[in-house]
Amino acid sequence: MNVVVCVKQIPDPADPGALDPTTKTLKRDGKLILDESDSYGVEMALQLVTAAGGGEVTLVSMAPNGEVSGLRTALAMGAAKAILVSDDALAGSDALGTAKVLAKAIERVEGADLILTATESSDGYTGTVPEQVAGLLDLPSVTFAKHIEVDGSTVKVQRQTEAGYDDVECPLPAVVSVTAGVVEPRYPSFKGIMAAKSKPVDTLTVADLGLDASQVGWAGAGQEIVSIEEAPAREAGEVIEDDGTAFEKIVAYLDNLKVL
Amino acid sequence: MADYRPPLRDIHFVLDHLTDVGALCELPAFAGLDPDTIKGVLEENARFIAEVVAPLNRVGDLEGSRHDPATNTVRTPAGFVDAYHQYVAAGWGGVPFPAEYDGGGFPWLVGIAMQELISSANMAFSMAPLLTQGAIDLLMHHGSEEQKERYLKKMVTGEWTGTMNLTEPEAGSDVGAVRTKAVPADDGSWRITGTKIFISFGEHDMAENIVHLVLARVPDAPPGTKGISCFIVPKFLVGDDGSLGERNDVACVSIEHKMGIKASPTCVMSYGEKGEGAVGYLIGEANQGMRYMFTMMNNARLSVGLEGLALAERAYQDALQYAQERRQGRAPGAPAGETSLIVELPDVRRMLLTMKALVDAMRAIIYTNAQAIDLATHHPDPDVRQRNQELVELLTPVSKGFGTDMGIECTSLAIQVYGGMGYIEESGVPQHFRDARITSIYEGTNGIQAMDLVGRKLPMRAGGVITDFLAGVAALDAELAAAGDELAVVREQLAAALAVVTDTVQWLMEHGLADVRNALAGATPFLRMFGLLVGGRYLAEAALAARADLAEGEGDTDHLRARLVIARFYAENLLPAVAGLAPAVQAGFDDLYAVGPEALAG
Repeated sequence: MNVVVCVKQIPDPADPGALDPTTKTLKRDGKLILDESDSYGVEMALQLVTAAGGGEVTLVSMAPNGEVSGLRTALAMGAAKAILVSDDALAGSDALGTAKVLAKAIERVEGADLILTATESSDGYTGTVPEQVAGLLDLPSVTFAKHIEVDGSTVKVQRQTEAGYDDVECPLPAVVSVTAGVVEPRYPSFKGIMAAKSKPVDTLTVADLGLDASQVGWAGAGQEIVSIEEAPAREAGEVIEDDGTAFEKIVAYLDNLKVL
Repeated sequence: MADYRPPLRDIHFVLDHLTDVGALCELPAFAGLDPDTIKGVLEENARFIAEVVAPLNRVGDLEGSRHDPATNTVRTPAGFVDAYHQYVAAGWGGVPFPAEYDGGGFPWLVGIAMQELISSANMAFSMAPLLTQGAIDLLMHHGSEEQKERYLKKMVTGEWTGTMNLTEPEAGSDVGAVRTKAVPADDGSWRITGTKIFISFGEHDMAENIVHLVLARVPDAPPGTKGISCFIVPKFLVGDDGSLGERNDVACVSIEHKMGIKASPTCVMSYGEKGEGAVGYLIGEANQGMRYMFTMMNNARLSVGLEGLALAERAYQDALQYAQERRQGRAPGAPAGETSLIVELPDVRRMLLTMKALVDAMRAIIYTNAQAIDLATHHPDPDVRQRNQELVELLTPVSKGFGTDMGIECTSLAIQVYGGMGYIEESGVPQHFRDARITSIYEGTNGIQAMDLVGRKLPMRAGGVITDFLAGVAALDAELAAAGDELAVVREQLAAALAVVTDTVQWLMEHGLADVRNALAGATPFLRMFGLLVGGRYLAEAALAARADLAEGEGDTDHLRARLVIARFYAENLLPAVAGLAPAVQAGFDDLYAVGPEALAG
């Protein structure tokens, strides 16, 4: 059982992020870390490999400046190896450009039975890359998995919905996106971190993947960020004096927000 | 209480600029290590500690550990057992121990950085691994091969914890008064009987076995510290195959109700209550126990000094955040009718900068001390080893005494920043102060540290060690002069403090020799003045290093500029106290004994 997990390395959400006013994109020149939403896919993959009694987990990532910090975290958790695509030509890639790169990188992993992704990244939130990757690889796509079981050449997924979950089955190989929070990602052990140092990270360029620079980055982007603006300042809250009927106002307020 | 955020930027700055972690990696003992690997390990450790251990700090304080008198067992607060098992599974406890005992083979300096994180996150929790570390240290140096084989590896992994059993009701600071007895048994082991008190993690539910190291007297032992022997007394006897056997005759008969570190069970341990004695195994030779204890003493004292730093850091984080949320009054210059954040008030700024400057000074002192331990142990050149061992001896009472005094000071200042809310337990800040208050007492009271500094450390190499250290302070003058106006005040105040300390050391040497009571009476104010000078030295070095980075355009500019401000603030606001302490050191002992205590009663 070989599982590929697409992981993104993002600026640490604990530090205030900044947008580049010229390119209207997130600044990514500092240190990057493993996107927390990908840690669930990594954990799920490690559990599936263990349950299958053999195989390995391969990471696929695309990041500027040959950044590997986030990959090291996932390797320390137990992934066996990684493919990193890093190339100046990738700056400005939109969701489809990213999907093309990831799909080409995934094709290089021999015998991949299952490809896991997060449902969306924590810094871009387009939420479309997993389906695009599946489309490009011509594989079935299952989204919002909360539980995954592999039975021979079939994957059985509990697909989270607003009302509960759907039971979905499809043949392998397939691309499955994993909902955040559905498993408890393990913390890397000290031995895991030390072992991760010597695990192979294959760093590739756009040309290595057989792609043309015009298909990716700013050049290939069919998607444009038209404008960015400051988040609106938080408005003053409403104080409700309790004259015995405050609960009704609160219920009406929550009802209005459609959270009830 | 704010969430704990590991201060990795500050820690990395000290590791790179005030100590030299890169140079440590060049030593044969640390072959294969590099600074990037060390950073990676610290970052993952910090994440684990912040997410798993830190959230248990408050519940630990509220719930405390509980003793069940029916079974003499101790239940730790909710979440502790699971967090400890995760800590063991991750292998964090073994990182700074040699690979031959399944440790990670990392420098002690890195172990100290990790210890800062866990102590800040949850000091009570941290004491289980800390005490184990002390026991490992002693066994590693003095245990037989067979004893190491049987106990050490499980302690390095943390599967078993360790304790240090010194104190008895009549033997506190005076360890020589120990009365616990050990008599030889036919099979070569010993039978231990007696009562020990104040035993941290003497009983708990986090590990399957506890290895007690117990000080006791063998028959016909000489009186005092020369007649003390050290024994291994496991909670469960350990078979030749490493399996756990019979429950030993050692019991935790009660735990103390304390002011702080409530989750750390402080146990009264009874040995041999049921029969002829608990089974014990002699470490090394009889009557050498005190000497063995001393081999771990420096490390243990450094770790307690580190607790002062760790709690100061945690309290500072809380105060800094609260000051940026709480509005009250109007800061000078703020528009009329607007309520200011208290962080804009000058006196609150003063308190925050005082805490920050002391935290940085403590971290610099303690990490330098830890690096000296690595160099004294692992450097191939015997002269370098010797020089660093001297530095360890000189700095240890400063790390412990000054570090914990300032830890208490900073945790108290955090309460002050919170104002009335700081006196309310719900705010979470009082816990840091209550937790910190023990640190100036245990592992040798700060009075003992001061006497150690004045009585044992100043006379080292006929005063050569302290002279060398003071020469190191003087040597900074040229660099500070070259830095110009930016650090002029640092240069001026450091030189003034150096002159006072040099003069006071001279006075202590002369008058302490004439009558030791002169040295002992002035020891505590001297420890404070020396600590202030040592901190001033390293903050000046930090400012010079930050200035060099700024010139080269490396690193985060705001953060580096803050280091210059911190050094100046410390020089102007804290360092001048050195001069004020000189009369207290040089007052001599006459008035301490001029009248009897009855005359001092009201």
